[in-house]
Amino acid sequence: MVMGVTGGCLIGIAAVWLYLSLGRISGISGIAANALLRSRENLWPLMFVIGLGVGGWAAYAIIGERPAAPLNGELAGVMIVAGLLVGFGTRLGSGCTSGHGVCGLARISVRSLAATVTFLAAGMLVATAKSLV
Amino acid sequence: MKNFSALSAGILFGGGLVVAGMTDPLKVLAFLTLGAGWNPTLIFVLGSAVVVTFLGYRLAGTRTAPLFDTQFHTPASTVIDKRLLGGAAIFGAGWGLAGFCPGPALVGLMTLDARAAVFIAAYVAGVLLYEKWTGMTAQAAPASPTQDG
Repeated sequence: MVMGVTGGCLIGIAAVWLYLSLGRISGISGIAANALLRSRENLWPLMFVIGLGVGGWAAYAIIGERPAAPLNGELAGVMIVAGLLVGFGTRLGSGCTSGHGVCGLARISVRSLAATVTFLAAGMLVATAKSLV
Repeated sequence: MKNFSALSAGILFGGGLVVAGMTDPLKVLAFLTLGAGWNPTLIFVLGSAVVVTFLGYRLAGTRTAPLFDTQFHTPASTVIDKRLLGGAAIFGAGWGLAGFCPGPALVGLMTLDARAAVFIAAYVAGVLLYEKWTGMTAQAAPASPTQDG
């Protein structure tokens, strides 16, 4: 729980810094799409994405443990289906866990609350159903 | 300064995701899977992130403009429609299947997690599929698309 709150606070500080410096919401699906499709117009989204990797490396080095990452054919199939759904769904729904979940709730946006309740419910439904079969 | 600010924000965000355990899809699935092994840690991650962001946005919002731009870019839409809820449901289904959402998967890709690499390849395809689909249903998107997150 201590790690959870510490990590959550770091995420919050990152979101506040991006808003204070650039006036931007830290919605990673939106930033990633802009990094992918529109880096020629604006470089900052790509810089943010690169930062995610740098910060991840640094944090793993500091805490000294990494999650085991086994990959087999079945899991690869799951990742492909899930990746397609997440890529398409976050664009259609204009956001993900960070944009709607963290920043949207912090802005007291009812629209983001509706999205957050929906993706949490869908996620719990699918994960729970999957654990039962 | 814009690029440096975005890079530093990304570093903090990526570090936070790792520290919080969000980059371990098994931990995320332990939160999304209701039952005997339910792990509530993610509630504390989301809760603390929202509280810090809420307070920080309030403080930053007292300024007329951000440090390195002429205006704040806050999403204007308040519409709750089929697009929003359908998109969120599709995203949630994928999240519940893999335990990855975009941020942690991008961190995973760049810290050489093979699962995340496969996920992101498909994620990019999903984003491009959406671009193609909207390109066919409407005129080309404006240069600065509206996006909550």
